[in-house]
Amino acid sequence: MSTSTVDLHPEHPHGPGPHGDAGAHEHDPRQQHHFTTMEQQFDTSKIGMWLFLATEVLTFGGLFAGFGLMQNRYPQEFVEAHEQLQRLAGALNTVVLLVSSFTMVMGVQAARNNQPKKTARYLWLTVACAGIFMVVKAYEYTHKFEEGLLPGVFYHHHGDLIAGSHGYATFFSFYFMMTGLHGLHVLIGMILLSWLAIRAKRGEFSDKYYTPVDLVGLFWHLVDMIWIYLFPLYYLIT
Amino acid sequence: MYNRFFTLHGVVMVFLFIIPSIPASLANFALPMMLGAKDVAFPRINLMSFYLWCAGAVLGISSMVLGAVDTGWTFYTPYSTTTDGSVGLMVMAAFILGFSSIFTGLNFIATVHKLRAPGMGFFDMPLFVWGIYATGIIQILATPVLAITLVLLLIERTFQIGIFDSRIGGDPVLFQHFFWFYSHPAVYIMIVPGMAIISELIPTFSRKTMFGYRAIAYSSVSLALLSFIVWGHHMFVAGESDLANVIFSALTFLVAIPSGVKVFNWLSTMYKGNITFETPMLYALSFLFLFAIGGLTGIFFSTLSVDIHLTDTYFVVAHFHYVMMGSTVIAFIGGVHYWWPKMTGKMYSETWGRIGCLLVFIGFNMTFGSQFIMGGQGMPRRYFNYLDQFQPIHAFSTYGSWVLGAGLFMTAINLLASLKIGKQAPDNPWGGTTLEWQSSSPPITHNFEEQPVLEHEPYDYRHRTVTHV
Amino acid sequence: MSTHTEHAHDPKAEARVYIVTLVTLLILTVITVGASYINFGSGNVVIALTIATIKGSIVALFFMHLRHDKPINAIIGLTGFLFLGIFLMFDFIDVGTRTNPQPINLHAPPAATAPANAPATPAPDSRKE
Repeated sequence: MSTSTVDLHPEHPHGPGPHGDAGAHEHDPRQQHHFTTMEQQFDTSKIGMWLFLATEVLTFGGLFAGFGLMQNRYPQEFVEAHEQLQRLAGALNTVVLLVSSFTMVMGVQAARNNQPKKTARYLWLTVACAGIFMVVKAYEYTHKFEEGLLPGVFYHHHGDLIAGSHGYATFFSFYFMMTGLHGLHVLIGMILLSWLAIRAKRGEFSDKYYTPVDLVGLFWHLVDMIWIYLFPLYYLIT
Repeated sequence: MYNRFFTLHGVVMVFLFIIPSIPASLANFALPMMLGAKDVAFPRINLMSFYLWCAGAVLGISSMVLGAVDTGWTFYTPYSTTTDGSVGLMVMAAFILGFSSIFTGLNFIATVHKLRAPGMGFFDMPLFVWGIYATGIIQILATPVLAITLVLLLIERTFQIGIFDSRIGGDPVLFQHFFWFYSHPAVYIMIVPGMAIISELIPTFSRKTMFGYRAIAYSSVSLALLSFIVWGHHMFVAGESDLANVIFSALTFLVAIPSGVKVFNWLSTMYKGNITFETPMLYALSFLFLFAIGGLTGIFFSTLSVDIHLTDTYFVVAHFHYVMMGSTVIAFIGGVHYWWPKMTGKMYSETWGRIGCLLVFIGFNMTFGSQFIMGGQGMPRRYFNYLDQFQPIHAFSTYGSWVLGAGLFMTAINLLASLKIGKQAPDNPWGGTTLEWQSSSPPITHNFEEQPVLEHEPYDYRHRTVTHV
Repeated sequence: MSTHTEHAHDPKAEARVYIVTLVTLLILTVITVGASYINFGSGNVVIALTIATIKGSIVALFFMHLRHDKPINAIIGLTGFLFLGIFLMFDFIDVGTRTNPQPINLHAPPAATAPANAPATPAPDSRKE
């Protein structure tokens, strides 16, 4: 064959077997064996995370599509139903998530600048913002339960203009599905961020390796972006 | 009971077998080596993909045992949202399997972007890699919509939210939109890897450079992208608007073009080549014949007026079996034979392999060719009872399936037996030019002793060495 | 190992960019909430979605670092949105153009001139698809 091979590890043969001879290896212990540089590993991880984010866009997008098509089917009911949503609570949540995105990106910056304490602080701030979001959400949900504004068969609100129409129940079905799925992602984000904050405090991140912080950050910004679309569509459109 | 059987057949074949088959097995093995890489980009996600597949398999089989599902693998509403039975379990199984597929696609896309050997640009990659890359794009973009469709189905069953059931304010056609937005690209997840294998087999066994390398590369990706804008052709008689019908019909004609480009390129590759007829090549040739039929009969369905007569008859059953089984599975078996020596270090028996291929080919055409005739005469699909006039064709089709089964069984025995009694395989039994033939048979854990560097064009047959078996 | 080697690694300047970004996003939020109180008719949807898209793009470009990243990441993100758009577009084309077609040869049932004991001719099916 006319292909030649280039030995990229001139000091030692890279044969099979476990990583026993730690002294002979030049690369960062966190570099996995199939990558040649940490930069390649970081870039690859980022592509992987963006691919995952694309799947999230399509998952939530499917729900948005369903909502849009149902809104087309029941325009008046949807307008009336959305009056029941608390605009200011939603706006507050929007602000909270935007701030959390800010604290998140500051956390990534701190990790990249070898500032473990600052990183941990910003990550915990992000978790706190997320917590506020969930509290406001809980308050909103409680209000809905009290009013009987529940999904599907459980809908028992009184005083709807178009009596007997399914549109109201459908609106709230979508409301709970989307905010529920979004809330689930916020919770998952909180868990991941807490784990990162603990690791940051331990000094695990530096300019040489801050991949997990960057990737969770990307996830968190997507969670924010979903809410950026959710808020106007549910709370604001008349 | 009949309904349960064809539901089980559909779910198992589509979600458990064909969609994972080539990417998860052959591509997992060959793609990193073809790129000169030691592993895929995310080995642990790869493993998770496998575990998810196992979980989905267990859940899916359990759902049939514990409650039985008779909705068809397409889960059309409102039957699926209101019927008893373990629809919920099976839907959850499909959901999990969807994520298995997503993670596989994610892995391969990242691998192709970042783990190519030094000197290997995108247009130096083997065409098998292009095919798997295109498949990954579909897996990433389409499968999430299946996930949300299944979730909505479950929630409709539990909460009656009124999205898919018109009695409570929903739209059953909306379910079909959601479902087919995934499921049409899904069939391209099935066929594109099959085509990718053929793009390896034909140059190797013709000992000739692939004709129109770039055309095939571009058509792989364009097929992946175009597959997303034709899904409405599954819904022509379901209640779509006329405008939507016309648009989808026109676009479906368009999506046939890349497939045609490939077929002509493969044939042109063979022309004036130095062709030999080992078992993988026999499967490749079978593919060309069967895919031509399967693909062309698809065009019958994109024509609105013809579709009204043929839809939901055995004609469509025959069409998709020609493309799914006659093409993808045939390509898969061909690929298994092709890489068998590399994977296992053993050579199977050529004689038995060829006989197996012949039986499979004959049996397949008997089984499904006759179904074209049945469907054209009006025999509907998914019907347990039928008119007496169809009895002879049904019988003939059944006999064909026995021949097909015998061929498959023989092939399996041949391959498995080689593990015990097969000859030791050389590194490059077929004279292939792609990088995996440089490693040993079977390869070491990290594929290559040292990072290979690409120094010639793909399918450059001037520089390869021939190792005769 | 960072991919941000092009611009000077000045944390203060970076932080300033992030703060400006946050303030911009908050202002846009105020605008979109305010606009929702005014009745623009069907324009409300357009305004709300446009502002949301601007906000989303700002988050993507600045907070998610797409401005400095390799283009492949942005391509992947945009492709997700593009295909979502395709799904929405075709769905709305279908749902928005559905009609209730009547057969062109629809005519009233024949007048009752037949004998009283003759069975009535059924009307043609008016919901043919």
